[in-house]
Amino acid sequence: MGIIHGEEMVLNIGPQHPATHGVLRLQVRTDGEVVSQITPYLGYLHRCFEKHCENVTYEQVIPFTDRCDYLASMTNNFGYVVAMEDLMEIKVNDRVEHIRVIMAELQRIASHLLGLGAFGLDIGAFTPFLHMLRDRERILDIFEMTCGARLLYNYMWVGGVSHDLPVGFVESTYRFLDYFEPKIDEFVNLLVHNKIFVERTADIGVMPPEVAINYGVGGPNLRASGLKWDLRRDDTYSIYNKFEFDIPVGEGGKGTVGDCWDRFYVRVLEMKESIKIVRQALASLPKDGDVHQSLPKKIRPPKGSIYSRTESPRGDLGYYIESDGTNIPYRLKMRSPAFTALSVIDEIAAGWLLSDVLAILGSLDIVLGEIDR
Amino acid sequence: MTVDLIFNTLSQFFSGFGIDGPLLLIAMLLPCALLFGFITIYALVVIYTELKVSSFIQDKVGPMGQGVGLHAGKWGLLQPIADALKLLSKEDIIPSSANSPLFILAPFMIFVGAFISFVALPFSSSIIISDLNIGIFYILGVGSIAVISLILAGWASNNKWSLYGGMRSAAQIVSYEIPAGISLVVVVMLAGTLNMQEIIHYQKGGISNWILFDNPFVPIAFVIYFISALAETNRTPFDLPESESELVAGFVTEYSGMRYAFFFLSEYANMFVVSAVAATGFLGGWQSPFDGYLDSPFWGVFWMMSKTAFLIFIMIWIRWTVPRLRVDQLMNVCWKVFLPIGLFNIFGVAIWTIMRG
Repeated sequence: MGIIHGEEMVLNIGPQHPATHGVLRLQVRTDGEVVSQITPYLGYLHRCFEKHCENVTYEQVIPFTDRCDYLASMTNNFGYVVAMEDLMEIKVNDRVEHIRVIMAELQRIASHLLGLGAFGLDIGAFTPFLHMLRDRERILDIFEMTCGARLLYNYMWVGGVSHDLPVGFVESTYRFLDYFEPKIDEFVNLLVHNKIFVERTADIGVMPPEVAINYGVGGPNLRASGLKWDLRRDDTYSIYNKFEFDIPVGEGGKGTVGDCWDRFYVRVLEMKESIKIVRQALASLPKDGDVHQSLPKKIRPPKGSIYSRTESPRGDLGYYIESDGTNIPYRLKMRSPAFTALSVIDEIAAGWLLSDVLAILGSLDIVLGEIDR
Repeated sequence: MTVDLIFNTLSQFFSGFGIDGPLLLIAMLLPCALLFGFITIYALVVIYTELKVSSFIQDKVGPMGQGVGLHAGKWGLLQPIADALKLLSKEDIIPSSANSPLFILAPFMIFVGAFISFVALPFSSSIIISDLNIGIFYILGVGSIAVISLILAGWASNNKWSLYGGMRSAAQIVSYEIPAGISLVVVVMLAGTLNMQEIIHYQKGGISNWILFDNPFVPIAFVIYFISALAETNRTPFDLPESESELVAGFVTEYSGMRYAFFFLSEYANMFVVSAVAATGFLGGWQSPFDGYLDSPFWGVFWMMSKTAFLIFIMIWIRWTVPRLRVDQLMNVCWKVFLPIGLFNIFGVAIWTIMRG
C-alpha cells in the first residue's frame, strides 16, 4: 500500500448511499482503495431550524428541537428546557427532574443502540443491528406509554413535562432494565470481541486527544480518546450530581486509544452507566409532585441571553438563546455535537482505505438531522 | 453418462429411422433443461431458506402468511416466487452511458459459468450429466469464468462503484482459487483420480472412510477449501465486491430486473457447486454414512443433497453472523495464511500416505 501511485479519482459517497446515515455527501479523492482526502458536503437536510425559531414562540421551538437529532429527541428537548429555565430562573420540582433524567438516560441507551447497530452495519454485521433495534423498540414502547410518541416526543416543556408518568411506568422500566442488562454482554460477545470486528476497528481512525480538543469534539467520541470529560459530571445540570456513575473512557483495549474500537466500546460501557443512573433515579423518584407545577403562564423571558450546554448522546449540545423580552426568541443558535464530530473526519480518516473511511464515519455516530438542522 | 443413457434409450425406441443426429441433440438438451429447472427450483428453495434462517438468527419471523391464501402464503412459502415474479416483471434498464453489449453479456456469462459446472456434479451413482475424467479440474476451471463476467459487469456499467466491485472481485476470486485448488489437491492425491465418481467410490464404506477423516491433515484442507469457497462465491465475510454499505451494491449497482436476477441466481448456483464439490471431495458424495445401509441410488441423491444442503446452511449461518473483512486483510488471509498452510498440508498428506504405505 502506498508504494504504487496511480491516477487519483474523485468519488462522491452519497447523498444517496447506504453508509452515510442520512443524506450526507462525502467527496473523497481516492487512489485505488486508498483515500487521500475527504470533504463532507452538508445541507441536504437543512430545514432552517434556527431561522424558524426566530418566528415562533418559545414553546413552539421544542418540537423543532425534536427534529434536529431525531434519534435523541428527549435529550434535545432537555437541553433546550434547561437553557430556558436558566434564562427565566424557573426551578422545577424534584419529580420533574427525576422524570427528565430517567427519560434522558433511556434515550441515551436508545440512541447508542442505534448508533452501535448502524456502525456494525457499516462494516457488514447485519444481525447485531437488528438485535439492537429489537431492544431499542422496548425503550420506544416505554416512551410511547409515557407521551404517546415513539420518535419525536415534545415531552419536556419549559417548567415541567407534558405528561406525568403513567401507571405501571416504573415497573415496565425496571422490567426493561432487567431484560436489557444481560443483553449488553450478548452484544459484546457477538460483535465487540469478534475477531473480524476487532481487525476492522482496532487501530483504525485514531483520534488523538489533542485533535479531539482542537476540533471541539465532545461526548463519547472525546471520551474514547481517553479524556474523562462528561458534562453531566463536569458542568452538572438538572440533578445529575445526585447520582453515582462512572465515566467510561477509551483505554485502547484492542489497539490504540481513540481508535474505532474504543469509540464503539465506550458507548457500550455508557449504556451500562445509563442503566445505573436510571435505576437510582427510579429508586429515588418522589411519589408526589405536580409535573405542571412550575409551568409559566406565558413564556416571556427577560431581556438577555444565555448559553447552556448539556450532554446529549452525541456529545456537547449547546443552546444559545438571545431574548429581547418578547415571547419570540430574537436569535437561537444550536451547537451541534454531530457537526463537530463530522468536521474531524478528514483529519482522522485521510490515508485509510475506502472501507475504513466508512467504518470511521460510522464510529463517529453522526445524525444528519442535527448537522444540517 | 446420462447423455449416453438417454441416447441409447431413445435409439432403441426410434431404431431404424436414421435420425441419430437429432436424437443426440435431444439427449444432450434434455438433461440441460432438467438442470435448468433444477437450478431454478433450488434457487427458490435456498432463497426461502436464507430468508428464514436469517430471520431466526435475527430474532424476527421473516416472510409470513397472514391467513389462508393471503400475503406470502403459509409460512411465507410464496415469498421467493413473489420475488422472482417481481424481478421478471421489472423494467429493463440499461444506463445510457453504459457499454451496452458488454453490459448485456455479463449476466449471461456469469450464469453460464455457474451452469456448466453442474454438468460434472455427481448427484447419485448413476445421475451425472457428464462423467468427465477430469471432473474436479473442470469444475475449478469453469468456475473462473465468473471473474470475467464480474469485471465485465463492473467495467461496462460505467459506474465507479461497479468498477470498484469488479476490481475487488477479480482480485478476490483469482486469489482464492489457489488455496481452494491446493486443498482439493489433497483429495486428488488420496483418491488418485480427478474423476468425481471415482473420488466418491474411493470413499465407499461408511463415514470412517470419508476423505475428511482419512488423516489429520485433511480437516485443515477442508476448512481452507470451505473458507475459500465462501470467498469465491462472494459470501460474507468476503462479500466485498457487493458490500452494500461500502460500494452500494458493487458490480450489480446498475443492474435491475432480470439481469440482476441472473447475478443473484448465479451466486446461489455457485454456492451449490462449491458445496457439492466439498461434499464430493471430503464428505463421501452420495455414499451413505452408514456402511451398507440406505445405499441405493435414490438414497444416493438424498445423501448428496443433504450434505450439500448442510454446507449451504453453514454458509448462510456464517453470512448472518460475522462482519466483513477489509480488502487488504482479505488478501493477507489468502496469501499469508491459507497458501502456506495449504502447501504444508500437501506435504503432510504426502508423507502420511507414504508412511501408511
